[in-house]
Amino acid sequence: MSREATVRGAAVLGPRASGPWSRRVAALLAVAGAVVVLVPLAWMVSTSFKPESQVFRTPLEWIPSQPRPQNYSEAVTLIPFWRYFLNSMIVAVPVVVGTVLSSVAVAYAFARMRAPGLRWLFLLVLAGIMLPGEVTLVPSFLLFKTLGWVGTYLPLIVPAWLGGGAFNIFLLRQYFLTIPREQEEAARVDGHGFLSILMRVIIPQSWPAISVVAAFQFVGVWNDFVGPLLYLSDQDEYTLPLGLAFYRDIYSTQWAHLMAASALALLPCVLVFFLAQKAFTEGVVLTGRR
Amino acid sequence: MNASRREALAAYGLVSPWLIGFLFLSLGPMVASAVLSFTDYDLLNFGATEAVGLENYREAFTGDPVFWQSLRVTAYYALLAVALDLVVGLALAMVLNTGFRGVRFLRTVYYLPAVVSGVAVALLWLWIFQPSTGLANEILGLFGLPPIRWVYSSTWVIPSFVLMSLWGVGRSAFIYLAILQQIPTNLYEAAAVDGTGALSRFRRITLPLVTPAIFLNLVLGVIGNFQIFTQGFVISQGGPGTSSLFYVLYLYRNAFSYFRVGYASALAWILFLLLLALTLVTFASSSRWVYYEAGRDR
Repeated sequence: MSREATVRGAAVLGPRASGPWSRRVAALLAVAGAVVVLVPLAWMVSTSFKPESQVFRTPLEWIPSQPRPQNYSEAVTLIPFWRYFLNSMIVAVPVVVGTVLSSVAVAYAFARMRAPGLRWLFLLVLAGIMLPGEVTLVPSFLLFKTLGWVGTYLPLIVPAWLGGGAFNIFLLRQYFLTIPREQEEAARVDGHGFLSILMRVIIPQSWPAISVVAAFQFVGVWNDFVGPLLYLSDQDEYTLPLGLAFYRDIYSTQWAHLMAASALALLPCVLVFFLAQKAFTEGVVLTGRR
Repeated sequence: MNASRREALAAYGLVSPWLIGFLFLSLGPMVASAVLSFTDYDLLNFGATEAVGLENYREAFTGDPVFWQSLRVTAYYALLAVALDLVVGLALAMVLNTGFRGVRFLRTVYYLPAVVSGVAVALLWLWIFQPSTGLANEILGLFGLPPIRWVYSSTWVIPSFVLMSLWGVGRSAFIYLAILQQIPTNLYEAAAVDGTGALSRFRRITLPLVTPAIFLNLVLGVIGNFQIFTQGFVISQGGPGTSSLFYVLYLYRNAFSYFRVGYASALAWILFLLLLALTLVTFASSSRWVYYEAGRDR
């Protein structure tokens, strides 16, 4: 997502070698598709405001005739919603901070420093991107069990501080490589060390890439289900995804309340998405991340 | 201490957290799961663990019909999901690339499903797929189609999951879009002057130039879709029967419900080797169909 690429993309986005008619058809198709994409989310919100008695009523109502905002206040007491919300934050904040700090540091070393064997280590970073999580799932669980960390947030948080993920290291290294070296040379002549150059020269110019990493990581950890499923056993410790899954098993007939709780659970990600929207839609292009 | 040694020390200082993580959370567990796959390690009965050689692998391939079922279900899902994602993703990217007003806003909409994933969205789809007056059946009804039992039917459960995954097609469309936007307009203009039809322009210009993105989406799509778990766990719990018992769900059950860690480790390695093989085959075939501008003309 270098700045040049953004500008170039905008410039080429102009009219294509196709007539006004085909453009009109394309616009129509794109709008229709967008409506299809929005329908499930709209249905979630619509259901969340209905009285349970009208949830199954036909014909379907998109705008509830008797909207019931109390569903939301009830949903957050049917399950300890705010407790789970807080737990999710307790995990997400240190994970995002740890990911950013450690992936920036590691990526900087790989992008700019010379040391014997460092190139080979970078190949291992790339290999780590390809590794499917399932292969390490069971032994990692056994490791954290041996350490006595099962039932705590440590297995969810600590790995983020150990490099911050191969993909993020790769992304940041690629970004750092696009920064011209001259300023660093000047800072070095002034007597600044590596850490000082990282703080004063590299990081201030890398906020676009760093915000991509932070936003992706937040969404990833906020929605993570497998990690909490493996490592959290006490209901008071559940994060939101686990709490919702648990809620489903018990109150699976109360769809309106379930949708209210789900909508609330999605809210932080939607918020982060709109805040870092540009970073997202262009970051996915830069990185090929899915 | 001279400058280059100081630099090397500083570099290793900076990468050391990653190195520790790699050794203990990637490489170590990988080796450990390989070793465990040759044992009958039981989570509840660690003391009785014995080496069993290739027994776990033999059991999977010749003595466990559920293993084959889970592999079949997962491959079926992944094949459909990846194929539709490629076709619809490319079509969507071409539509978005025509450059009409408001396209930026639409791109935001299309990306939204990618950020709202996990359990909340799984619950939403479960609600949509309710057989009695669920939204999906209501929409079928609008077209005069009979209702379907969706995730409650062993025939429709996998197509239902594919439909869910297609909801997130915006992600791969963005990758295509990035490439489409870099195709020089004059290529199309020249072709139009030559009297080349739209279909032919697509086949001769667009398609060859987006093959690198198709390749990327294919590799990532296969790896990602073979690992489907959360949706199956939350929505269908593998059912009805074993008709949506995805591979990783079966692996998870072996490890944490049946406590058969040795067998689960063998399953993990089989999946890993399978994905590796699929990736390598895709890479090997890429020289035949992926077009790189810098390379030779085809």
